[in-house]
Amino acid sequence: MAQRRTAWTRLTTPFANIPASTATTLALAMWVVVIGGWALLSYGRVVPNMFLPTPGTVLETTYRMSLDGSLFYHTLTSAKVVILGFIVSSVIAVPLGLWMGTYRAVQAPLEPLVNFIRYLPVTSFVPLFILWIGIGIEQRIAVIFFGTFFQQLVMISDCARGVSRDLVNASYTLGTKRSEAVWHVIFPAALPTILDTLRVTMGWAWTYLVVAELVAASSGLGYISLKAMRGFQVDVIFMAIAAIGLLGLITDTAFRIIRARVAPWAP
Amino acid sequence: MGTLILNATLQTAVGSRMAMTETVKASNPAGTAHATGDVRSTGTAMAIEDVTLRYGDVNGVLALDDVSLKVAKNEFCVIVGPSGCGKSSLLYLAAGLNDATSGVIKVDGREVIEPGPDRGMVFQSYTLFPWLTVRANIEYGPKRKGLPAEQRRQIVDQYLNEVGLAPFADHYPAQLSGGMKQRVAIARALANDPAVLLMDEPFGALDSQTRGTMQKLLLRVWERQQKTVLFVTHDIDEALVLGDRVLVMTARPGKIKAEIKVDIPRPRSMDVILEPDFIALKRRILGLLHDEIDEDH
Repeated sequence: MAQRRTAWTRLTTPFANIPASTATTLALAMWVVVIGGWALLSYGRVVPNMFLPTPGTVLETTYRMSLDGSLFYHTLTSAKVVILGFIVSSVIAVPLGLWMGTYRAVQAPLEPLVNFIRYLPVTSFVPLFILWIGIGIEQRIAVIFFGTFFQQLVMISDCARGVSRDLVNASYTLGTKRSEAVWHVIFPAALPTILDTLRVTMGWAWTYLVVAELVAASSGLGYISLKAMRGFQVDVIFMAIAAIGLLGLITDTAFRIIRARVAPWAP
Repeated sequence: MGTLILNATLQTAVGSRMAMTETVKASNPAGTAHATGDVRSTGTAMAIEDVTLRYGDVNGVLALDDVSLKVAKNEFCVIVGPSGCGKSSLLYLAAGLNDATSGVIKVDGREVIEPGPDRGMVFQSYTLFPWLTVRANIEYGPKRKGLPAEQRRQIVDQYLNEVGLAPFADHYPAQLSGGMKQRVAIARALANDPAVLLMDEPFGALDSQTRGTMQKLLLRVWERQQKTVLFVTHDIDEALVLGDRVLVMTARPGKIKAEIKVDIPRPRSMDVILEPDFIALKRRILGLLHDEIDEDH
């Protein structure tokens, strides 16, 4: 009789499943390594604390700034900028992207233009936005919008284009009119991949936050890190980075939940 | 007067069919078989007249070369042919999903210019709407038609029972097996009460046992619902088990080479494939198809 597979064989087999407990242990171990390495470097003074704060200092700063409400205030401002920019972008990109993916006549004029714009660095537009829009929250929202919209448009149009032709053909033989196909077939069929696109681009929107708050902001997580840089408060920068990462994790999870609710039929 | 014309039509129909059942090439030098409908039935559900399909420009591939055929009301007509002979293309033209280069297709006397619910189609690939439950998939057509909710519910229940899937009404397609998906697809097409049901190798992706079950189910539904069916397959057994009439197609360019009337009495069981009559018909079709392959090489 063949010998049963050892745990090691299973771990090293391509695409093989591993027990949930093993997966959790591996995930936790990763964090232990990262934070442990950080603790070693900072507490052991391998890197001066001026450049690398200890985990303890960062926790202390987080506690202090939570107590006086400033962490909450700056987080809220940043979240508002990112979420508003993301919503404005998505509200236009989803229907336009659907059209672009469905109708060659919409794709033909838009695609070359969009592909040109989406490779332009967002940072290069910040001075322009300040001149045009001013230094209010609208300017920051514009940066987030500019960073996500054109990427979303291309990806969502691909989602629509990926819908099976036979699915659309079948709908025609069931009485769907040409003008109804986008709404009745292509949109619901593409919905799971559209939601995946939104989830991924939401992550990108967060990465533009610091760029958006680089100039002319007076609050926000990006703003406090820039201010902290000038005062060598590395612990504040660490806290702000961790906060952005956590917010990203929360919105990502939110999108996974929404997708499971809206499209329970999709794998 | 009317009777006279009808008699004349019947005579030509019988005449041409007798010619057709002989070796077609001899009786029809042009090589174009004009297959006619079942003489017993009352009318023509679908007429394909001199249809040619060429992909691309004038020098493009000739997929269908001057194909003509008639499908009688309530007839089960099967087209069998080698892969790439254009039999699926012909079905897509009949559905209105593609345009013929020349020729006309008529359903119930009206020319086909675009797809519509009067020509229901079951595809080889799974085309259920994955975001709708089995019930909602079947209800899709009646909903597009704007039927009231109560009537829609009755139609859906009727066809759910017809294909034996009532217990799965609230399942999503992803939760169904391949055979179940095709049963829903058949129910969904029938829920529109189409004049013609077009079937493009609907059981081609299924394992052979499931295929047998599906053929039996389809025959039962067809016998009860009295539908006109145009069925495309490359499986000779399937063609003979199901059809009233089998049209044999040649490849490149696609033409109808012969018409074979299947006189095996109904209802047919799946054991029919062992009977001498069946085997004789199968041998004839195999011969016709082998000629084709030999000509190719």
